[in-house]
Amino acid sequence: MTETQELEQLVKREYKYGFTTDIEQEIIPPGLDEDVVRMISAKKNEPEFMLEWRLSAFRQWKKMTEPEWAHVHYPKIDYQALSYYAAPKSQEELDAEAPESLDDVDPKLLETYEKLGIPLHERAALAGVKGANVAVDAVFDSVSVTTTFKEKLAEAGVIFCSFSEAVENHPELVKQYLGTVVPQGDNFFAALNSAVFSDGSFVYVPKGVKCPMELSTYFRINAKNTGQFERTLIIAEEGASVSYLEGCTAPQRDENQLHAAVVELVALDDAEIKYSTVQNWYPGDEEGRGGIYNFVTKRGECRGDRSKITWTQVEAGSAITWKYPSCVLKGDDSVGEFYSVAVGNNYQQIDSGTKMIHLGKRTRSTIVSKGISAGRAENAYRGLVHIGKTATDARNFTQCDSLLIGDRCGAHTFPYIEAKNASAQVEHEATTSKVSDDQMFYLRSRGLSEEDAMNMVVSGFCKDVFNELPMEFAVEAQALLAVSLEGSVG
Amino acid sequence: MALLEIKNLHAEIDGKEILKGINLSINAGEVHAIMGPNGSGKSTLCHVLGGRDGYEVTQGTITFDGHDLLEMETEERAVAGMLLGFQHPVEIPGVKNIYLLKEALNAKREAQGLDEIDTFTFMKQVRELVASMDMDDAFLHRGVNAGFSGGEKKRNEILQMLLLEPKLALLDETDSGLDIDALKVVSEGINRMRGEERGIILVTHYQRLLNYVEPDFVHVLYKGKIIKSGDKTLAHRLEAEGYQEILEEAS
Repeated sequence: MTETQELEQLVKREYKYGFTTDIEQEIIPPGLDEDVVRMISAKKNEPEFMLEWRLSAFRQWKKMTEPEWAHVHYPKIDYQALSYYAAPKSQEELDAEAPESLDDVDPKLLETYEKLGIPLHERAALAGVKGANVAVDAVFDSVSVTTTFKEKLAEAGVIFCSFSEAVENHPELVKQYLGTVVPQGDNFFAALNSAVFSDGSFVYVPKGVKCPMELSTYFRINAKNTGQFERTLIIAEEGASVSYLEGCTAPQRDENQLHAAVVELVALDDAEIKYSTVQNWYPGDEEGRGGIYNFVTKRGECRGDRSKITWTQVEAGSAITWKYPSCVLKGDDSVGEFYSVAVGNNYQQIDSGTKMIHLGKRTRSTIVSKGISAGRAENAYRGLVHIGKTATDARNFTQCDSLLIGDRCGAHTFPYIEAKNASAQVEHEATTSKVSDDQMFYLRSRGLSEEDAMNMVVSGFCKDVFNELPMEFAVEAQALLAVSLEGSVG
Repeated sequence: MALLEIKNLHAEIDGKEILKGINLSINAGEVHAIMGPNGSGKSTLCHVLGGRDGYEVTQGTITFDGHDLLEMETEERAVAGMLLGFQHPVEIPGVKNIYLLKEALNAKREAQGLDEIDTFTFMKQVRELVASMDMDDAFLHRGVNAGFSGGEKKRNEILQMLLLEPKLALLDETDSGLDIDALKVVSEGINRMRGEERGIILVTHYQRLLNYVEPDFVHVLYKGKIIKSGDKTLAHRLEAEGYQEILEEAS
């Protein structure tokens, strides 16, 4: 066997979160029309303004067509064949309210989260090393199951709850900020999400407050033939700061599942939001069967002066990823950052990157993108740096590196730069490299196994991004990468 | 029993036979120099001993410290005590030198049934070695060989050898690309490794290194065979007369 073949064998992965939870669920019949939108809104006991908002999104969506410009290929999705709402039954019995305590949550669900290593029990979270001092919101299929550490956060004035609870308890905040960063009609998938989103996380950090702990949400798709549409809204008022993490997994299924989320971040003057993702949706099998379509719109607005938004993502899962966490730099001296590791293996397709929209004076942005392709995966970086007329002395630095494992995968880079202000400074660096036989032989001759050698080269390649992750997450990300590139050997 | 016993070794790459019946026996405590002109098969011999893929051994046997070497993977050879010093050490960007050193040492310790080395002991040991190689501590925190000069790369190879204390060190063209100061430092490192427990093979084109590291035996490799063996005076003859004279004599 040649070294290249061995490398390929090495990167054949096994997905370890592929189990399903046998739990009684309420799933509405497939299909989407205004009645379904009304039904979702009714199930959530939403106020009138939310229903109107959803309906207006739905009407816009109906007139839109699915985007085709991304470097990805998949059969047409039949949006009428999907179910738009699924919830664990016990939840439903509680009248769509979040359970009062963990005792009210189906034990099977807790088992699921335990398998995923999520510190759902507050006590366990406090005692355990992993996940300690991290407040967790867990979203199972479409609804939020439980949010930990709520009281402790409330003391600091921080609101961290499911989106449904936010609509119920803080409608004025939702009304004020919802859709102000990603408007309903922003794009096809965002419009769809706006119409049918069922839950998600909501974070509000008031003026001058540094959120006392990391906030974290774990998303889990379980039900068959359903789409997951969650929506996250994070608001940091003047001088506030927060670090938010999200993790995602899904069971192993032969059919594809759609995940179309929207995330909106708002940072006012001097506020700082750090948003980190470890995305590990089911990627499909070795032949490319099944896996999640991850069509996500994430955008942050540095609305205030000197505000800062940082996106850090490790994208390891999903059959198709279509995702461009972006920053709109409105405030003067505001800063946007994007650090990304995207790993594709087998038949995975990734079209991901970012948009940095510079509008304020002296705005700065940094983009570091690391794409890793193995098997027959196609990995594209797509990025836009826009320097508006008003953005005097704006600066951007972009570094875009691709690493190829084997010779049947692809790496592509589509950088777009639009500078409308002559004072702009924009730098772009790009490299493509291969995990070479020389590197593997060198490390193995120092006593490292093939897998350890591969992991060492890959994590070295990703170092700049891992450095940006909160420490616990960095460890998790490194482990996830190792699993993603794990071979059938061993 | 010899530490390394090569018998009638034939090896080919892409169907082309490069090694055509090599016999070589190396005992612990000995330093052997293998010399030969370009294309004689020196690098192939190193790669075959290191277990690199793509080389096919068609005939012969290699025994290392009682093991059938040809049955072992590259990493198994390493943890069993063979260390290959590279002619062109490869860059591993983003991986700190110190991290590789620790992983390599722990891989070996694991194979020996030992616990991982504690960080304090490790750091102390590494710092001493770094100083002895006339290197700066900052060097430990740079990416493995990334942006290293030729001399730094070679020093790094010797540093790894000093730390890993192999039973057999196989140094491929370690002297190439070194200025005289670096050559001295590298040679001192190799000399420090000489000992009753250890065999050293220096593979080199030139006699230069042998002025600093005196070999016990010198072998001349030509067209995939060892055509002449002798003591260090053979190296001096090669230097003085060139390969041609020896080749004619051997044929």
